[in-house]
Amino acid sequence: MGILEVKGLNKRFGGLQALGDVNLEVQESTCHAIIGPNGAGKSTLLNCLVGKLMPDSGTVMFQGKDVLGCKPHEINQMGISRVFQTPEIFADQTVLENVLIPCFAGRDGSFRMRAFESIGSEVDIISQAEEMLREVGMHKKTDMLAGSLSRGDKRRLEMAMSLVQQPKLLLLDEPTAGMSRADTNNTIGLLKEIRTSRNITMAIIEHDMHVVFSLADVITVLAQGKILVEDIPENIKGHPKVREAYLGDAEV
Amino acid sequence: MLGLKKADLRLFLIVVGLVVFAPFLLNPFPESVGMAQFNAGYPDLMQKLVIFGIFAVGYNILFGLTGYLSFGHAAFLGVGSYSGVWMMKLLTMNVIPALIVSVIAAGLFSLLIGYVSLRRTGIYFSILTLAFAQMCYSLAYSVLTPITGGETGLTLSLSDPRILGAAQAADGNIPAAHIFGLGMGESAELVLGDWSFTFNVGYYLSGIVMLVAFYLAIRLFRSPFGLMLRAIKSNQTRMSYTGLNPRPYALAAFVISGMYAGLAGGLMVAMDPLAGAERMLWTASGEVVLMTILGGAGTLIGPILGAGVIVYLESIISTINSSVLHGWFNALPDWLENTLVNIMYPFVGSGWHLTLGLVFMLVVIFLPGGIVEGGKRIAGVFKRNRAEPSGDIKKSAEPGE
Amino acid sequence: MEAIILQILNGLDKGSAYALIALGLTLIFGTLGVVNFAHGALFMMGAFVAVTLKRVLSISFDTIDETRIDFLGNPMVVSTPYVEVWFGPSVGGTIIDWAVPLAVIVAIPIMALIGIIMERGLIRHFYKRPHADQILVTFGLAIVLQEIIKAFYGANPIPTPSPEAFIGSYDFGVLLGFDPFSIMYPYWRLVYFGFAAVIIGAVFAFLRFTTFGMVVRAGMEDREMVGLLGIDIDRRFVIMFAIAAVVAGLAGVMYAPILSPNYHMGMDFLVLSFVVVVVGGMGSLPGAVAAGFLLGVLQSFASMSEIIELVPGINQVVIYLVAVIVLLIRPRGLLGRKGVMED
Repeated sequence: MGILEVKGLNKRFGGLQALGDVNLEVQESTCHAIIGPNGAGKSTLLNCLVGKLMPDSGTVMFQGKDVLGCKPHEINQMGISRVFQTPEIFADQTVLENVLIPCFAGRDGSFRMRAFESIGSEVDIISQAEEMLREVGMHKKTDMLAGSLSRGDKRRLEMAMSLVQQPKLLLLDEPTAGMSRADTNNTIGLLKEIRTSRNITMAIIEHDMHVVFSLADVITVLAQGKILVEDIPENIKGHPKVREAYLGDAEV
Repeated sequence: MLGLKKADLRLFLIVVGLVVFAPFLLNPFPESVGMAQFNAGYPDLMQKLVIFGIFAVGYNILFGLTGYLSFGHAAFLGVGSYSGVWMMKLLTMNVIPALIVSVIAAGLFSLLIGYVSLRRTGIYFSILTLAFAQMCYSLAYSVLTPITGGETGLTLSLSDPRILGAAQAADGNIPAAHIFGLGMGESAELVLGDWSFTFNVGYYLSGIVMLVAFYLAIRLFRSPFGLMLRAIKSNQTRMSYTGLNPRPYALAAFVISGMYAGLAGGLMVAMDPLAGAERMLWTASGEVVLMTILGGAGTLIGPILGAGVIVYLESIISTINSSVLHGWFNALPDWLENTLVNIMYPFVGSGWHLTLGLVFMLVVIFLPGGIVEGGKRIAGVFKRNRAEPSGDIKKSAEPGE
Repeated sequence: MEAIILQILNGLDKGSAYALIALGLTLIFGTLGVVNFAHGALFMMGAFVAVTLKRVLSISFDTIDETRIDFLGNPMVVSTPYVEVWFGPSVGGTIIDWAVPLAVIVAIPIMALIGIIMERGLIRHFYKRPHADQILVTFGLAIVLQEIIKAFYGANPIPTPSPEAFIGSYDFGVLLGFDPFSIMYPYWRLVYFGFAAVIIGAVFAFLRFTTFGMVVRAGMEDREMVGLLGIDIDRRFVIMFAIAAVVAGLAGVMYAPILSPNYHMGMDFLVLSFVVVVVGGMGSLPGAVAAGFLLGVLQSFASMSEIIELVPGINQVVIYLVAVIVLLIRPRGLLGRKGVMED
């Protein structure tokens, strides 16, 4: 049984079938890539998984628990963490504070009023955050305002914020979109490192084939809201259906 | 000490010092000098200074930290005032129960309004709070007259059924508010030569309450809870995808700031047992927004500075009239004197609100960070001149505050 | 039945004013993305244009009429307006009498100028600032404007009657086949309603049938796209702001006979107009107009004595109550579009 099971997912926007009977199973400790041409429904699928969108029908089970209808913060508390296409960080806070926030969320749950404890006295939490920052190579920038970081550093910071929660499933939404070749390779390196050191299950939505083939164990190809094929990377590469979907896309 | 970091402790002690020595600090000019009109060391004004300080410190917890711009906080102040007067009418003239009930009533009330208003964000939130406050104001003026006293306001009367305490004082008047027998209006005078300083019980009670309120606010700012509130302002989406539910955090901040407003309202009636609906008007809410912004929203000391400046300017400027102006420019040639008086006259006396509006605009336009940011900029200029005379190396990190 | 019709009619004039102010607010918000808390002040200033014109036209000189004697037994002082001297007593008298409608003509350039100065001098610098800053700076401006008016005209309301020809009421009772005098409606309010309808129609026609209007509407839909087309949106912003200012000002001019202008009428109407905009749906012009009339009529219904007996105080709060309910059920307002001010 997979850690995440999606069954019969349907979602329509007006006349457009964004998702049609999507079935997906993400196995524990794998990196599962979801690829497809523009408008294939990748983002819609992701948004259904994290509680931003409600599908018309179907089920999404995470570790045997129903995820649909849960709020984003509840889903996160279950152990699904999301990394955004453009890094979403707390721009007005320092780098350290950015990581402290998920640390507190992990320890205290989605809401707890700790109005009279001082952050400074939370030694465990602070060292946990600092350790995480060291792991992603940001430990020299802990006092910088997150908003003033470079894009690459923002991505690192966001990754640190996700990882410090020790998620069971990490959802990555085009983590290298708009990045330079060098930054892309850095990110791939970072993700590979995380995989070997932490053994986290990942589901990655990606456009860039280079990224996908460097990371994925399993690839699902989505086209026009439907699953085209699902297979290991070697078999996907030369698959005629995939080629057709992408070439068709290119012609439009 | 007190569970505060060094810098915070220093700030807190400075405020303690200011509050304790305010009767001296605010009376720098001897009585006989013309400048004595700038003295602010009389009880009424000093009480007002610290009470609005509490109001602004509380408002800052909501607006400064979470960024939710409420136009309804005057309603909570009003609720606090009304409940305070009712406690004095029904229970006792001791102000402690009145204050406690003010805080509780305002807290419950803000829980209700906050719960509904916080279902929306941004400008919709502002307008919802505005709508609620106007609703309260209109109701207080009309239907709720039996509770609020309507247009005349809620006052004590000789026939109040005070359970613990007499309906009338020995001299046949309405008894005065007190704290365990010590009257709010009682004062000690200290005359030193040409100076006279007043130490008023009501002021020191308000001052102590403000210090406690300020201390709690500092703790809150430095707590994990405070960090979450800042996170709301920074990026609510990120917050919910980090496993945190922003709404109860915002609601808690809303209720806490509502309780601060209620406390301020309770203190107002403790000083002067009269509550009127005009305290709930949305322009009154606007005033506390201005205080917070003028001082520096989101900073610790800002709201206190802002409240101090506004209350002081209001009381001083609104008492200036044309003869005072003529007195100032007496030494100048007549034509210049008259011109200056004519230029300044619209801004003083009853023109105070014009000055207020202008200050409001100037602050928002040129100094969105308020006095605190202004101070920082000035300090920055000095520092740069001393330390880095040649370069304009920008320091990229500006930790916390 | 008569009572219902009467309440609908009564709601129309207030609703017209709400609709006109809300229309301007929405135009400014939709095109410029600015939340203008000083919009009520423009309405108020319009009303004071009427007051001022009436005063200017009535400027008089005094002569002593030896033939008549005042109550102290001195020769009577007669003041004659200059206008009557220049145009003769009857024409001059009519001009003074028609000061309010004439003020409409005067108000157009004045309000346009005020709007342009406001936009170029202040609002322009706030396009990229957070909405909270926009609210605050325009709130400050509103205070300043109303205090300036107060300094010049005092704090008391200044009665500014309509032309004599419109004093009195029209008997709708007869027209609709009910008893005579059952539905009496003042002529001037009818005029106001008609006037508002014309202005609203004109604004809509302008937006629909001119290229300028088409660009503006496109800008309200998708600002980025219009910017990409290389259209000089800046100049259009000024014009839109001026138009919104004129609409609010004219609404104020014509409202002067209904409510004696006072310095705080702008704030009073602003709060309500904002509620109207929110109920109608931020950024939706038809929404603003519909909600304006709807809330005006609702308010007048809530003021019926039968209703007040049933729910005391409802007349004071009905608008706010509706706003709260609408915002909770339909967060974007009645006719609001997706994506406007979601955050």
